[in-house]
Amino acid sequence: MIEELWESTIESLVGLGSVVRFLLRLVAELPRGLMRIDLVAQQIYNAGALSLVIIMLSGLFVGMVLGLQGFELLQRFGSEEALGTAAAIGLVKELGPVVTALLFAGRAGTALASELGLMRATDQLSAMEMMAVDPIRRVVVPRFLGGVIAMPLLAAIFSVIGIYGAQLIGVQIMRVDAGSFWSQMRASVGLSDINEGIVKSCIFGVACSLIAVYEGYYATPTAEGVGRATTRTVVTSAVVILFFDYLITAAFL
Amino acid sequence: MRKTRTLNLGTGTFVLLGFAALFFLTTQTTSRGLSFGSKPHYDLTAKFDNVGDLKVGAPVSMSGVEMGRVTKIGFDSKEYKAVVTMRMDERYNQIPTDSDASIYTQGLLGGKFIGLTAGGADTYLKDKDQIDFTQSAFVLENLIGQVLANFAKNPSQSDSAKSAPDTPAAAAPKATEKKQ
Repeated sequence: MIEELWESTIESLVGLGSVVRFLLRLVAELPRGLMRIDLVAQQIYNAGALSLVIIMLSGLFVGMVLGLQGFELLQRFGSEEALGTAAAIGLVKELGPVVTALLFAGRAGTALASELGLMRATDQLSAMEMMAVDPIRRVVVPRFLGGVIAMPLLAAIFSVIGIYGAQLIGVQIMRVDAGSFWSQMRASVGLSDINEGIVKSCIFGVACSLIAVYEGYYATPTAEGVGRATTRTVVTSAVVILFFDYLITAAFL
Repeated sequence: MRKTRTLNLGTGTFVLLGFAALFFLTTQTTSRGLSFGSKPHYDLTAKFDNVGDLKVGAPVSMSGVEMGRVTKIGFDSKEYKAVVTMRMDERYNQIPTDSDASIYTQGLLGGKFIGLTAGGADTYLKDKDQIDFTQSAFVLENLIGQVLANFAKNPSQSDSAKSAPDTPAAAAPKATEKKQ
């Protein structure tokens, strides 16, 4: 029993170590990866542009719910005008980066992991090595970079759409004064709040992309292994995102 | 060739949208705001002893109907008063010259806004005119101070003693104690 526990602890430490080593290898290859900017652009398209619709739709609905719930809550204290502030702070600092990262893990992370896993399973990665093409440089680094670049942009789009969603419910339907909504928001949202959101989404971008490419690259080369890599990508990403979210929030306070 | 084109278009659109969103967040949701476009309007000013936490962008209304916005809050260092500039909608250009402006609070914890009350004059306020009759923001601390001072002077004859019989009885001894 204790033996097993010990074994699994050692196993997870080994896993963590290999993730960190993989990250270092990716960072070492970054300059060369940036030389092939066309490959990176293609991955920004895959990870970012193709996630746009789901991000925008979710942003709209999250913003609308915030508008509704925020209005309901603030109305009890007779300060509905603070709705703009509440929605903007909530979206920019918390919901924008976190929900975007979770959606990103589900939409782009799984795609990355299964793509790389399938490449591994069908020996495409080994074939590249045979041709003296480094698969990390040619395949993994552009995918990683694409995810890292796409995430903050997606989070910003999410927040903006969300604020308009909250405005739609609060101002158009619940009749909060539009001027108060925006002016109170402008008065109380600072650049530091926006910085916090950007820092968060950059870190989530690194974490999500790293987990996805790592799981895919080291997937067991079977159909089952690819499936398991995809599942693990989502689960690990979700836990890591929420953990880092807490850490960064605490660091910014 | 065709495929690269759509790819480039998609990537370009996405990156542009992303940066537009970042730009929007930094300029439109924070105090470093920029504003675009304007409807026909005219400006009025009013001097207040105290504007409390009135903010730029707060509504200016008469009878509850919004007629304009506060565009600037300055300070007159000769009279030691706050100078509030209001941008009024051109549709409401028949505000009598002897109207008065007061600062009210929206809700219990809400922001401040300016309420206008129409006067009886036949002439109307024009662009760059000043509203002479003003009433300052209601500052809770000052009001509490006044009430306490009132109780200290004459605990038995206070006005609010009639409306709220319990609180003055409790508050009055404290107030007198402080005085002593």
